[in-house]
Amino acid sequence: MQSLNDEKIKWLTEKANEIRQSIIEMLIEAGSGHSAGPLGMADIFTALFFHIMKHDPTNPLWAERDRLILSNGHICPVLYATMAHSGYFPLEELKTLRKFGSRLQGHPHREYLPFIETSSGPLGLGLSQTVGMCLADRIDHGKYSNKQFYCLLSDGELEEGNTWEGVMLGGKERLQNITAIIDRNNIQIEGYTEDIMPLEPLADKWKAFNWHVQMIDGHNFDQIVGAVGEAQAVFDKPSIIIANTIPGKGVSFMERRWQWHGNPPGKGPEDVVPKERQGKEAIKELRTLGGKIKSEHE
Amino acid sequence: MFDADMEQVPIRKGFGEGLVIAADRDKNVIGLCADLTESTQMHFFAKKYPERFVQVGVAEQNLVTVASGMAAMGKIPFTSSYAMFSPGRNWEQIRTTICYNDRKVVIVGSHAGISVGPDGGTHQAIEDIALMRVLPNMTVISPCDAIEAKKATIAIAKTKEPTYIRLAREKTPIITSEDTPFEIGKAQVFFAPPMTPQVGIVATGALVHKAIVAAQNFAEKGISVKVLNISSIRPLDFEAIINLAKEAGAIVSVEEHQIVGGFGSAVAEVLVQNYPVPMELIGVHDKFGQSGTPDELLEHYHMGISHIEKAVEKVLGRK
Repeated sequence: MQSLNDEKIKWLTEKANEIRQSIIEMLIEAGSGHSAGPLGMADIFTALFFHIMKHDPTNPLWAERDRLILSNGHICPVLYATMAHSGYFPLEELKTLRKFGSRLQGHPHREYLPFIETSSGPLGLGLSQTVGMCLADRIDHGKYSNKQFYCLLSDGELEEGNTWEGVMLGGKERLQNITAIIDRNNIQIEGYTEDIMPLEPLADKWKAFNWHVQMIDGHNFDQIVGAVGEAQAVFDKPSIIIANTIPGKGVSFMERRWQWHGNPPGKGPEDVVPKERQGKEAIKELRTLGGKIKSEHE
Repeated sequence: MFDADMEQVPIRKGFGEGLVIAADRDKNVIGLCADLTESTQMHFFAKKYPERFVQVGVAEQNLVTVASGMAAMGKIPFTSSYAMFSPGRNWEQIRTTICYNDRKVVIVGSHAGISVGPDGGTHQAIEDIALMRVLPNMTVISPCDAIEAKKATIAIAKTKEPTYIRLAREKTPIITSEDTPFEIGKAQVFFAPPMTPQVGIVATGALVHKAIVAAQNFAEKGISVKVLNISSIRPLDFEAIINLAKEAGAIVSVEEHQIVGGFGSAVAEVLVQNYPVPMELIGVHDKFGQSGTPDELLEHYHMGISHIEKAVEKVLGRK
């Protein structure tokens, strides 16, 4: 993996912003779905697809691809949007999200869309599957396999017991080719994680299970790329990156508010922006990078 | 077959032997276990192929989700535990990561049925057939003895479908031979009187032997009863069941499982939609198990030979 220069960071920043716009557009069209998580993870998805991962959009099932396992399937708008921007399918198809006959199911189904490694949505299942994939790869290629297994988890799903069964086995088997990334946005559907079920001290928990732990700013490309690089350099331990993210990132009236976990623009809380204006204002803010640039449509 | 001292072997042992043969033939066969390796008879495999064995600890949800990940990489994972815990505890994991994903994972549920005995009701899985046969993509196999379990295990390793195989703990009479045919999706005639049958028995698992003994007892009294062994509960041999109903005009199903949602229910679904005839269901009637010897429990819960005979008489009277 190459290190980043200023030019690449600028390019990634703009790409992530385009992906955020696509997320808002597809959610408006769908009329249902999750807003906060997808927006918060746009930078990490952009870094993975456009800088870190070995993959080929023209050959989604390329045997040598790195594996990306999305455990918290409800943030799939960011997965679909990033796949479309990478060239896996036309951007136009994003408008079919959650509609009858669409390949873009409300929660991802692996048989509908090649490159989706596993169907997900029910929480707490992705890490164990990642552990299984990595174990299978080790049986075939030994400890020195170059294949990387990226598992993306939400913080809320760490409340599922199955997650910790996977954490235990990953530590026991010393699966160094796993890099798991937690979207630490502190929200879940009914409130803040620390009110619903406290997760802290989160880093200590993973350390206690023999994982290599890093904490980063999940919106800083240098830190994202650097942490993945460090994870791959660690010998004999799986890695967890706790990425602090802002839920709803890029749309100021959504940011940090748990009330935007499971609603699309137009159906969210209206104490800040009336429902009918939510979509328009979100797009406008993203197009202008929060007022930093003039929108091409103005 | 009707001698008191006939050879008896636990059905689970046939799985243990079959897994080694399947592994000899295909290097992608993997074994995963949740701390019950010897009990589920996976230890033969684990000893011969330690590099292909994964011990996940007492964690049945992890057992099947890890296996799903291995299947995604081209492996053929066999996962074993007690049926009460897998598929009892981890049903949603099996639904989402194995069936919905259509990943070839084999769920091996040992210690199924009430004949688990002294361990008591917590360990007696009598709901597992219902849990597994409701899932799209799933194959459900319930062998009648150790030899059939061995054949089934070898056959399952070659298919593409997610599969549940149900095994019993106790020693069970050997009623098949190496030459007895086994095919997924096919029922086999195990007892056929010379005359046209007056009642047809469809049986699965360890109770097939008791069904045959009951049929023999009727034959001695001049009543003809035909017995089908149905180890493949899904896919189910519709043709054989419908033909038996046409031939006999009355059916008795026999299983060591709740009658609600189980094997008898599956047979009833076929009959009511295709060729309705009077039917009686032998199995557990809406109760949990308890401690006791297998024979005591089978008698208490009305799954003994005398109960099968009473059901045959009852269904004869309804014709």
